[in-house]
Amino acid sequence: MSAVVTRAPRRRSASTRGEGLSGWLFVSPILVILGLFLAVPVLMALWVSVSDWTGRGSPFAAGVGFVGADNYRELLTGGGLAEKDFGLSLRNNAWYVLLVVPIQTAVSLLLAVLVNRQVLRGRGFFRTAFYFPSVTSSVAITVLWLFLFSQSGAVNKLLSFVGITGPAWFNDASGVLHNLLGLVGVDRAPAFLADHTVLGITLWDWLAGPSVAMSAFILMAVFTTSGTFMLLFLAALQNLGGDVQEAAMMDGASGWQRFWRITLPQLRPTLFTVLTLGLIGTWQVFDQIYTGTQGGPQKTTLTPAYLSYTSAFGDQEWGRGAAIAFVLFVIIVVLTILQRIVLRERAVSKRRIALYTSGARR
Amino acid sequence: MTTTAPIAGATPAPSPLAAPPAAPRPAGRERRSSARVAGTSVLYAVLIVIAAIYILPFLINVATSFKTDPEAAADPLSLIPATATTAAYRQLFLNSDFPTWFANSSIVTVVVTLGRVFFNSLAGYALARLQFRGRNVIFVLLVGVMAVPTVVLLIPKFLVINQLGMYDSYSGMIVPLLTDAAGVFIMKNFFESIPRSVEEQARIDGAGTFRVFWSIVLPMARPALVTIIILSFQGSWNELSHFIVSTQSPELTTLTKGVASLASGQLSQGSQYPIKLAAAAIMTVPVAIVFFVFQRRIMNASDGAVKE
Repeated sequence: MSAVVTRAPRRRSASTRGEGLSGWLFVSPILVILGLFLAVPVLMALWVSVSDWTGRGSPFAAGVGFVGADNYRELLTGGGLAEKDFGLSLRNNAWYVLLVVPIQTAVSLLLAVLVNRQVLRGRGFFRTAFYFPSVTSSVAITVLWLFLFSQSGAVNKLLSFVGITGPAWFNDASGVLHNLLGLVGVDRAPAFLADHTVLGITLWDWLAGPSVAMSAFILMAVFTTSGTFMLLFLAALQNLGGDVQEAAMMDGASGWQRFWRITLPQLRPTLFTVLTLGLIGTWQVFDQIYTGTQGGPQKTTLTPAYLSYTSAFGDQEWGRGAAIAFVLFVIIVVLTILQRIVLRERAVSKRRIALYTSGARR
Repeated sequence: MTTTAPIAGATPAPSPLAAPPAAPRPAGRERRSSARVAGTSVLYAVLIVIAAIYILPFLINVATSFKTDPEAAADPLSLIPATATTAAYRQLFLNSDFPTWFANSSIVTVVVTLGRVFFNSLAGYALARLQFRGRNVIFVLLVGVMAVPTVVLLIPKFLVINQLGMYDSYSGMIVPLLTDAAGVFIMKNFFESIPRSVEEQARIDGAGTFRVFWSIVLPMARPALVTIIILSFQGSWNELSHFIVSTQSPELTTLTKGVASLASGQLSQGSQYPIKLAAAAIMTVPVAIVFFVFQRRIMNASDGAVKE
């Protein structure tokens, strides 16, 4: 093997003449497509986000004016409905991220550990069962979820067997945390929480937790993503050397200890990948909201992605819609960097991540 | 439905890795082995319960699509309809735009998949093998492109598609999806794993670059190509947001967009769950078929292929 590798470069240099041209020819289709539909659009949207374009004609037409940071200001400090909606969407999505990312990571790791046994009957069956939800479309799953979590749906039916009257799920706007506080008698906001607002939302409302409706989406996200991440963990588990495990077993470490002290640290790179992908994915909730609730009930499932869409395509506030998208972009980038610093990951090549992002290979 | 049968069929398939007996166990003591049996039973019980949670929703989906409206509301859990009816499916296929949606999704998916197979492997080969000025810059750009969240691109994509006069046309639906950076990376990685000696022989024999790529390297890349096919099939069949911003006319509605409008009640009165769930079931069938045909590759991708 090594012999081939060392010999190759020397021989190749003889035939590099035509390679420059064919190299560029080979990559030109993807360059054109990605440039035209990724790079150019971002630049155009940047312009739109600082303009007063109303959606008529070209955004580069003479009548379209430059408004500086007005669109951004309106969102972040405007004091009006735009700021309030944006604040709400951020709150909703933040709770979604806060719950989905840890739960889906834990569940997928658990599933991977469970099906990783070499001597497990029906391994293929279990893996298939856990992974299948990941291949189905978000639209189909949302339709199914709307039925399962309807007032008289399957979930409430199941709950009724154990004597619980289920909520109206997708019609219930009450915050889960508020409900829990209500159970212990706290149903009014303390003054300091009610008086201070961030982005037009009182601190008390920021602390509402996800609405019951959003909780159903949270469960759905765990259901549909845990399979994909299970495969990532599974791949990593199978690449671990058995010798460290064996040594630990010899030293009398219990299965539990071995998992926390040996397996988990070795899974660190994969854990990092899963958390990063989870974070990026969960800040982009769109399909489910578009299909299922359109932001309702009482805007408690409104997300920045969906708000950006409705602002532009619905209200014709294109500048605001584009501005929301860029703020969202910044949030995702900043959080990803923060996470990187916190987990202080060493050298996972980007290529590796690319491979993982796009599916199951290796 | 397809969901259940092939899963059951997959059960007895042992993994190649499971074949050789596990490492020799230390001389077993009775106490130890009975604890192990108990542990194994608990493991299976847990697995079966979780599997039921993952599978049951799909069974309910299919069962409900064969129920009448009142029965779906009255008995949402039963897996066997009391009075099975295909009314929902007949309504979808005979009295709605559903066939159009299905056709549009099929057209887009096939063209996009073919396009990605070709363009991704071309670019992947160039990045893996050909020496040319700017190669590293392109590589860095691709990484950067992958970092842009798709949702951020909703409005931007509409702007460009509109500006180019491609709005509300098949070209606007298809061309922007024709390549993806992640697919290029997959192909690049694969080509890097093939020994160079094969191509060099052909080069010496006088074959041109494209010739070498097309008739020698590409046929060797079948595993990676299958991966691209699976990913782009799933990706474009399940794509929603791109079609929302690139089309508006009913003739160009895809399954995802159409079923979403069905779900949000734009086209129907009342709940009509059987029809919605029938639509959801049908749109799941093609990805389910692809999944079960290639499931060995998808699921066992992690099993073998450990490269030292």
